[in-house]
Amino acid sequence: MDKPLTQNIKPDLSAVTLDDYRRTGGYEGWAKALKDMAPMDVIEAVKDAGLRGRGGAGFPTGVKWSLVPQGESAGQKYVVVNADEMEPGTFKDRLLMEADPHQLIEGVAIAAYAVQADTAYIFLRGEYHLSARRLEQALAEARSAGYLGKNILGSGFDLEIHLHTSAGRYICGEETALLNSLEGKRAIPRAKPPYPQTSGLWGRPTVVNNVETLCNVPHIIRNGVDWYRGLGRGEDAGTKLFGVSGRVKKPGLWELPMGTPVRVLIEECAGGMRDGYTLRGFLPGGGSTDFLLPEHLDLPMDFGAMMKAGSRLGTGTMVVLDDRTCPVRMVLNLERFFAQESCGWCTPCRDGLPWVVELLEGLVAGRGRPEDLDLLEQLARLMGPGNTFCALAPGAAAPLQSALKYFRPDFERYLKPASSARVA
Amino acid sequence: MANITIDGQTHEVEAGDNLLKICLSLGLDLPYFCWHPALGSVGACRQCAVVQYRDESDTHGRLVMACMTPVTDGLRVSLEAPEAREFRASVIEFLMTNHPHDCPVCEEGGECHLQDMTVMTGHTFRRYSGLKRTHRNQYLGPFINHEMNRCIACYRCVRLYRDYSGGRDLDVFASRNKVYFGRFEDGVLESEFSGNLVEVCPTGVFTDRTFSAHYVRKWDLQHAPSVCVHCGVGCNTSPGERYGTLRRIVNRYNGEVNGYFLCDRGRFGYGFVNSERRIREPMLRGEPVSGETALTHLQGLLGGHTIGIGSPRASLEANFALRELVGAEHFYAGLAQGEASLAAAILEVLRHWPVHVPSLSEVEQADAVLALGEDVANTAPRLALALRQSVRNRAFERADRLKIPRWQDAAVREAAQDDKSPLFVATPSATRLDDIAEAIYRGTPEAIARLGFAIARRIDTNAPAVSDLPPEDALLAERIGDSLAAAARPLIVSGIACGSLATVRAAANIALALSNRREGGAIDLCYVAPECNTLGLAMMDGRSVQEAFAAAKTRDVNTVIILENDLYRRADGGAVDSFFNGTRHVVVVDHIRHGTAAKAQLLLPGSTFAETEGTLVSFEGRAQRFYSVMPGSGEIRDSWRWLADAGAKRWANVDALTAACAAAFPEFGPIRHAAPPAGFRIEGEKIPRQPHRYSGRTAMNAHRDVHEPKPPDDPDSALAFSMEGASVEVPPALLPFVWAPRWNSNQQAVNKFQDEVGGALRGGDPGVRLLESPEMPEPRWFDEVPSCLRDETRWRAIPLYHVFGSEELSVLSPPLAERLSAAYAALHPEDAEKLGVAEFLAVRLNERLIRLPLRLEPSLPRGAVGLSAGLPGLLRTDFPAWIAIETGRGEP
Amino acid sequence: MNEARILSEQETAEILAAADHYPDKSAASVEALKIVQKYRGWVSDDALKSVAGLLKMSPDELDGVATFYNLIFRKPVGENVILCCDSVSCWMLGADRIRERLSERLGIGLGETTADGRYTLLPIVCLGACDRAPVLMVGEELYEDVDESKIDELLKRYGEAWTNR
Ligand SMILES: Cc1cc2nc3c(=O)[nH]c(=O)nc-3n(C[C@H](O)[C@H](O)[C@H](O)COP(=O)(O)O)c2cc1C
Ligand code: SF4
Ligand code: FES
Repeated sequence: MDKPLTQNIKPDLSAVTLDDYRRTGGYEGWAKALKDMAPMDVIEAVKDAGLRGRGGAGFPTGVKWSLVPQGESAGQKYVVVNADEMEPGTFKDRLLMEADPHQLIEGVAIAAYAVQADTAYIFLRGEYHLSARRLEQALAEARSAGYLGKNILGSGFDLEIHLHTSAGRYICGEETALLNSLEGKRAIPRAKPPYPQTSGLWGRPTVVNNVETLCNVPHIIRNGVDWYRGLGRGEDAGTKLFGVSGRVKKPGLWELPMGTPVRVLIEECAGGMRDGYTLRGFLPGGGSTDFLLPEHLDLPMDFGAMMKAGSRLGTGTMVVLDDRTCPVRMVLNLERFFAQESCGWCTPCRDGLPWVVELLEGLVAGRGRPEDLDLLEQLARLMGPGNTFCALAPGAAAPLQSALKYFRPDFERYLKPASSARVA
Repeated sequence: MANITIDGQTHEVEAGDNLLKICLSLGLDLPYFCWHPALGSVGACRQCAVVQYRDESDTHGRLVMACMTPVTDGLRVSLEAPEAREFRASVIEFLMTNHPHDCPVCEEGGECHLQDMTVMTGHTFRRYSGLKRTHRNQYLGPFINHEMNRCIACYRCVRLYRDYSGGRDLDVFASRNKVYFGRFEDGVLESEFSGNLVEVCPTGVFTDRTFSAHYVRKWDLQHAPSVCVHCGVGCNTSPGERYGTLRRIVNRYNGEVNGYFLCDRGRFGYGFVNSERRIREPMLRGEPVSGETALTHLQGLLGGHTIGIGSPRASLEANFALRELVGAEHFYAGLAQGEASLAAAILEVLRHWPVHVPSLSEVEQADAVLALGEDVANTAPRLALALRQSVRNRAFERADRLKIPRWQDAAVREAAQDDKSPLFVATPSATRLDDIAEAIYRGTPEAIARLGFAIARRIDTNAPAVSDLPPEDALLAERIGDSLAAAARPLIVSGIACGSLATVRAAANIALALSNRREGGAIDLCYVAPECNTLGLAMMDGRSVQEAFAAAKTRDVNTVIILENDLYRRADGGAVDSFFNGTRHVVVVDHIRHGTAAKAQLLLPGSTFAETEGTLVSFEGRAQRFYSVMPGSGEIRDSWRWLADAGAKRWANVDALTAACAAAFPEFGPIRHAAPPAGFRIEGEKIPRQPHRYSGRTAMNAHRDVHEPKPPDDPDSALAFSMEGASVEVPPALLPFVWAPRWNSNQQAVNKFQDEVGGALRGGDPGVRLLESPEMPEPRWFDEVPSCLRDETRWRAIPLYHVFGSEELSVLSPPLAERLSAAYAALHPEDAEKLGVAEFLAVRLNERLIRLPLRLEPSLPRGAVGLSAGLPGLLRTDFPAWIAIETGRGEP
Repeated sequence: MNEARILSEQETAEILAAADHYPDKSAASVEALKIVQKYRGWVSDDALKSVAGLLKMSPDELDGVATFYNLIFRKPVGENVILCCDSVSCWMLGADRIRERLSERLGIGLGETTADGRYTLLPIVCLGACDRAPVLMVGEELYEDVDESKIDELLKRYGEAWTNR
């Protein structure tokens, strides 16, 4: 089975060097793009390959690039890598950056060429120190090998990639908040429209892509669209890093075809539940996706299938809920996260989420009132998509509203005062 | 145009605007917080949610924020849909989780936007039972109180202070529900527009500290439509009175002039009205006398050679009454000599050249600006704020190209970055517009004038040439000239305060050069006049106090009557003293004790703007009527009445006087229509100055009489000192305050009084323009280009202005006085070093040696001495151009 | 405030070098604060004012940025900052116990610093190692699969804190 994204990664997870990387065809895609392809050809290829964003929203990458104005008058443009991975339960981009940094660099380079940007920034979350060191190292190698800099490989194309390390806050991962943060401002999201492709970093046309998304690009360019489309098992093309954490036997991360069924991930890759635990549900793609149930185990991990089931593919790294973990407390943990990470810009998120936390805390402390559950339901609804300024609050609403739907008895149990001590 | 459907009703509206503004303009009550007509949309508060439907068949729709929704043809929305109502109520409920329940003790109570919206959305029951977050407050200086617990994080404060006004010392800190709006550390807010925070904040976080010191509820204040008297811009204000003292000033919207905002001098400078230095009784030779005695005495003094000295800070009517009393040939406008000649020069240009004096809203539309000589931020602050908006036009153009609606505030700012329409600042020293200037020029007034002449020459080669221009100045002149010539709506700003006739004329030449390029089309040109009626007085007479002194020398003066004027601010002290010594009787009508009042044999208690009616002419040439907020107490009378009574000219009321004035000067013709006459009635009733909830009418005088006193008569206006009367469809010029059912806060209630939110007041913005561009302009080039020769023995004196301090009346306001510094002299550091001076500088001013604390000011040109203008300790504003420094050594 | 006197030459040079990566100096704000923090552990008011001057920002503007990001410390922290992940996977696998154990061993709660200035204990969101939960970060080092027994080992490595327990 083809595992393009992880093919080079060594068992000890040490960084793939430039030579190692080149040995398996590294930077061939970059050379090919520069020599044989017009920028529009690259965009068309990525579009035809059916690559969809791996950062959570699944927007078609080629389409995103094609919205960037082309031509002389377009002026300064940027490519920005979203390496702010902070969604609870998500641990995929770190591996790609630590273990195979050149793959990302090549992807960024091709993206920059496609949209004709001469500057790119990798926006890396501050806690990823090892990723930072390895990326800096790899960037230096790539520069001295002539893959970056002026007149790259004699093509006349210039590109500089800067590593920008951040200083915390989940909201920086929201692409427009990220742009503000990169500009040295408070990470407050921006209104959309205008989209970054027309007015992004410093008001210039900008493409923001997730690390994993960009890591796919060199392979698409080198091996072709048909090869890439053939990798997917279901509706979506390519492979993806899927992860499982929680009380499974072997939590971990695997590269598998898009559309791999959930059951394969949990039962085969992760070895099933730990002894003595049974599966009650799972968040398929990180903390901001809706719970699904064991009955959903045979669904493919596809954007469409997850959506139809009432959740989202998200980051494709799932968190498993077992029968001995209280879903109410799990939701409380998640809501605390979201309330704390709210940027403070819009009202429902800033002031609504702390209220959700307050209610859940009251509930688990035995102070719950029956009407609180309806109130929680209402709050989750009020924070739904479109109601808030960005997608953070809807992300927070997802596990809450789905837990209320699927695990209502667990919530109700807390309403009987004596019971609160029993559940833990 | 677009046809849209709101709750089943179709409306034809402007396409492209945001839906919130359209709804409000249609008179619909849609709650909002973060939006402001002048600040645009950012979509933060989520209060303005409505349901939008795809088409007729869509019954579900989806929530959208009206302020972020562009209006397009066929748009279908509902404000009343249950989902929209529920969501809006929930936003209030969210905000209320942290908002304290302190309305009863909160100074915002009764005019609180949050209160209004809470009632409007129907949020009445508290479901949140957690703790509220709390904050520590900061000391922000003498103007503003801070109570952060009341914050609802609408972000309007920082957007106003930072983005709109250019302030840099107020910001937002922290995040999530801990966001904090304040300063890096406790301290005085630096921006001279800080007072607008009070009105822009929808709750009681930022409140008026001066009001707080003698607080009453908004509904217990008596208001009148007024005009600010602290500079020449003519901002409209709404002062509030209770128990005979003025309690505060709030903005009175005028779409053409000040819009929603005032400067802090205008807002907090009112304290002189309540000052200890008020003249409250007539004084004859230092002894209090009755009004009748005083009047009889005055009448006795009128025989013989009597001259009158008027005032650029008094109304046209009061000045005209004096003129009528003493006769036109004996009336002097009371300007300082320099001011008078500059004002005359300005009038000549405005009357005969192809120029147009823009209103502030027109200033905001300029796409290339040159400020020539005038430090606008200190002499006409509200104009500087308008100029700050004008540089955004380039941003708007870029937004248009990117199809970003202009009201998408954050997006427009982001797209434009530092791209600004050009503003060129050529002033003798640093100004608070430098931060947005495309290029800055520093030089003496002569050098600035030469630059100006060179710019005109660059634009039109028929303009007089400037010889020996330094090459870098020549390059700059080319750059500025080309920039102005290329602009669609260029604007030249100059003024009187720079004290240079050559500069004023250079500005005119540039305007003429631009006009010639456009086949004679009128060019926007504004000349800043220093006082609230400088232009009006110059139009009426324009003769300076020095001319009065000269007249006194040729023929003995029996009596001089000085109206609201401290001559020591207009002329050298020695000259004033000798004038008084040569005059038999000195009569002063004023409201404030000053050097001149101290010389008066007969001192008559006149009225401040808060106690009288009259007309002021702003530098725009806009005649505006102001009205008394309260009757003058005790013996205080309208200044004009003293004079009218003395001359037995019994004008029935101020209207008669206004009409007489208008009849005497054809140019003043329109002033009769600046506001409806005193006889104006709405269905037979006057317009109440008091809100209809005005309370305590019987209690407030109970220590004297338990009966409610009959309200004082007001023969001079259609306003009543009462809560009774008609308050609907009040003509804008007569609006004492704004209030509408469900809208109690000033900045929002005004929505109900505008044609279109943010546009003109319904019925037209108040004021009449007296100086329209001439139909047959008769310009001629000014060709006296000053020489570039430096005087090797003397120093160029340059007046330095201060928004807090340079104006006579506002400095008497205690909170403003806290922001004053004492008079000083300033030198370029290298000049100071060469002279060997560090802490003090001794200069010879009109034969007198004055020792002043020295400031080092690197922005000053070499060879110049900056002298603070009007600050306590150095009152003269009319410097001689050249002075000597006494060090015993050193020449410039 | 004299900037040069507050910031070391090294700090100034590094900040200006970072600023070179952007068309606008103020974009280096977060990086500049992190540079200051690298040398001083935290960002004092004076240091913040100096950085603001260097980047042509007002202190207010820069502090607005500084106080937004949780990894910029505006108060002194210990030599070793321990970040305890409290997000969902770690929570599920016993992060609370780990944190309690640390608190007990160090005698401090979250957000506190040991009296000898050696440790500061802070919560952190998901560290991106959920398959190895629970995890901790000490300084720049990530510790995975932490259990209570490992804590003793860890504290030995960084040095036992003096506490007056
Ligand atoms: C609150 C929030 C946090 C996010 N965090 C991340 C993140 O850490 N990494 C990421 O790639 N995308 C994140 N996203 C999604 C981005 O906004 C954006 O969709 C993505 O970077 C686009 O890249 P892609 O098209 O390659 O997926 C986040 C979105 C939201 C609303
Ligand atoms: S939903 Fe609103 S407050 Fe929450 S993170 Fe997004 S913009 Fe900020
Ligand atoms: S007014 Fe529309 S979101 Fe605030």
